[in-house]
Amino acid sequence: MSKKKIRVVHYINQFFAQIGGEEKANILPLMKKGPVGPGLLLQKLFNGEAEIIATAICGDSYFAENIEEASKKLISLITPYKPDALIAGPAFSAGRYGMACGAICKAVKQKLNIPTLTAMHPENPGVESYRKYTYILPTTTSAKGFKEVAPILSSFCLKLCQSGEIGFPEEEGYIPQGFRVNVWANKRGAARAVEMLVHKIKGEEFKTELPMPKFDRVSPAPAIKDLSKAVIALVTTGGIVPKGNPDRLEAHNASKYLKYNIAKVTDLKSGEYETAHGGYDPVYANDDPDRILPLDAARELEKEGIIGKLFDYYYVTVGNTTAVASAERFGKSIGEELKKAGVNGVILTST
Amino acid sequence: MSITFKENEVKEVKFEKKTSEEIGLKLGKIKIKNAKFGEKSEILNRTLIINLEELRSLLLEDKNLKDVDVKIARPGESKRIIPIKDVIEPRVKVSGSGKIFPGFFEKSETVGIGNGITHVLEGVAVVTSGRIVNFQEGLIYMNGPGACYSPFSKTNNVVIVCTPVNGMDKHTHERTVRLAGLKAANYLGQLGKDIEPDENEFYEYLPFPKNNSSYSLIPRVVFVHMLLSQGLLHDTYVYGIDAKGILPTIISPTELMDGAIVSGNCAAPCHKHTTYHQLNNPIVEELYKRHKKDLYFVGVVLINERTDWSSIELASSYAVNLVKLMDAQGAIITEDGGGNPETILMALCKKLEKEGIKTVLVTDEYAGRDGASQGLADVTVEADAVVTNGNANQLVTLPPMDETIGELDTIDIITGGHNGSLKSDGSIEMEIAGIMGSTCELGYSNLTTRLR
Repeated sequence: MSKKKIRVVHYINQFFAQIGGEEKANILPLMKKGPVGPGLLLQKLFNGEAEIIATAICGDSYFAENIEEASKKLISLITPYKPDALIAGPAFSAGRYGMACGAICKAVKQKLNIPTLTAMHPENPGVESYRKYTYILPTTTSAKGFKEVAPILSSFCLKLCQSGEIGFPEEEGYIPQGFRVNVWANKRGAARAVEMLVHKIKGEEFKTELPMPKFDRVSPAPAIKDLSKAVIALVTTGGIVPKGNPDRLEAHNASKYLKYNIAKVTDLKSGEYETAHGGYDPVYANDDPDRILPLDAARELEKEGIIGKLFDYYYVTVGNTTAVASAERFGKSIGEELKKAGVNGVILTST
Repeated sequence: MSITFKENEVKEVKFEKKTSEEIGLKLGKIKIKNAKFGEKSEILNRTLIINLEELRSLLLEDKNLKDVDVKIARPGESKRIIPIKDVIEPRVKVSGSGKIFPGFFEKSETVGIGNGITHVLEGVAVVTSGRIVNFQEGLIYMNGPGACYSPFSKTNNVVIVCTPVNGMDKHTHERTVRLAGLKAANYLGQLGKDIEPDENEFYEYLPFPKNNSSYSLIPRVVFVHMLLSQGLLHDTYVYGIDAKGILPTIISPTELMDGAIVSGNCAAPCHKHTTYHQLNNPIVEELYKRHKKDLYFVGVVLINERTDWSSIELASSYAVNLVKLMDAQGAIITEDGGGNPETILMALCKKLEKEGIKTVLVTDEYAGRDGASQGLADVTVEADAVVTNGNANQLVTLPPMDETIGELDTIDIITGGHNGSLKSDGSIEMEIAGIMGSTCELGYSNLTTRLR
């Protein structure tokens, strides 16, 4: 019995579809039956195991300016073909085309739940934006490298559809998606550490297991000119919540931040507030929650006119083994809320 | 004015000095295969037999304890233990100075740097449990998919379930449970004193190599051992002294094997150094394996983990001074805990590298459940050689077990658990952060991460 051929839809832009250059970059999504342009070589390389049943085409400018609409329209055009997989590009170093390839791969993966893959130069902005959502194979900067990447693209597509299991980037050749995955090493960590050190001292080659990420540096906001007219808010990562933790703020790796009204509160009393934080000795915080969230001191400053007004709500989360990505999200969202509410400054306390 | 000596005044003094290969600590490992309760506490045919009442009444001498129960959990049994504060391996000093856990029961004598023999009950662990002291206590599964994450799923665990007297404050509670664990471990360790070990390991004394020795050509390596010491409930003890108050100091690795360092912390279960880890320090073992082959292991520098920046600056600079005094060319730095300690880890790395001393850092990650987040709270460009022991945020679902030792409902509040962790069928959904030793930052296990 012959194996069923894998049905592939191929996405390309107006240029590779031989419709036109920049002057045609605004064309709307359309479909053509069978392979077009670079798809012809891919089709050949599939060697009968897969077939490009249709080619989806869209102008680069139109896609870049209407990402959501273009994706939606393309999905409605692609769906009737009942594809098993989608290949987009390669986009090489073309920025708008790379973004389009990434976006259509993400949309098709999410809506049709079929494997998707694309290829582009590692510095194409499409990589940073979409690598988490699809597989991206690296290419040269220009289309001259198509002959080299085409066989990799076609065999990766077959593997993705046939086995469904894709190994790590080093073995499979795709650009890392950015997920750190737990695996079992052959040797324990201590043995690996000693081995790495010996190599490093001898000036031999070694490979770190955790490359240092680029750290975000947030430049401080300009100073408040007149504190006596400023609205100041209290924000803490120290987990101060009303007694009993009614909204169940997690003791570690917080999934959320909370805000509580303190318009009528002048002092955080033991027994009325407590800490939900699991990363420090709670005895002193529970004894006097003002030690973490300095409400009593802030009210005094307000009374003395040193600050204009204390904001009616305080914000709280737990900074205990909380992923940096979550912390960044909370920070942005709290900042936006405070800005909207006309708050001029924040006292941020950590533990 | 100059002083001259008459020749006959200078006498040659001859020492009968032993070489370093002859001085050291002999670890006699008694490989215990099973543990059970019985009439008399003893080791018989490599089975540890415990007289329950005798052990209980020893521990109940502490008036801070209202009740103590002792349970046994063996590898493969359908059991789980929660919440766990510490894990300790029973050992006993057969000869040589001092006692195991010096400074706790024996104030005046150091251990294990000269001649000495210590017997180890390998395959046994004392596990302290009972009412929770603080959020950061962990869990051990003896069977099923949760068992692969903890080294203590493979030991015969003697679980000390402590119930403190009513109204006890957290700090006294912590100390009480800590001492109960050490006492139980010493009680069991004593049973191995006259048993012929199955295996003897010899760890030689490590003097600084002489300039003209044949070892002066191989690189000298120091182990910089960070100790969690952030305040009550997050403390570590060195010879019974709270490490918060120490300056960085030099210690012989063989002293670690005799219990010079004791855990007193309720920090995240996945990566806190338990007393068991301190006794069986894998970095020490791996450095000894290559000692005098492709490196010369010069010794251990202990450094505490204070939370304020000025203390961090001082301690890291002082530790670097010690490493320089030891004339080291390389250092392995291990982190204890996570978050704030990363500033110390990075400060040490930066300062050592600046002095031309090559470093390898050993840590773990909190990269989020999907592994997409940055996993460390602080980084530095000099940290170009890092060993990671896994992402602690990984979510796992662990099936129910026939028996739970301790209090299962604490899973909802401990680190790694969340509200709703405990499912109605008794299974648990949690992050591996809650499993004892899952991402040990001494590199005790094989878990690591790869970028996908």
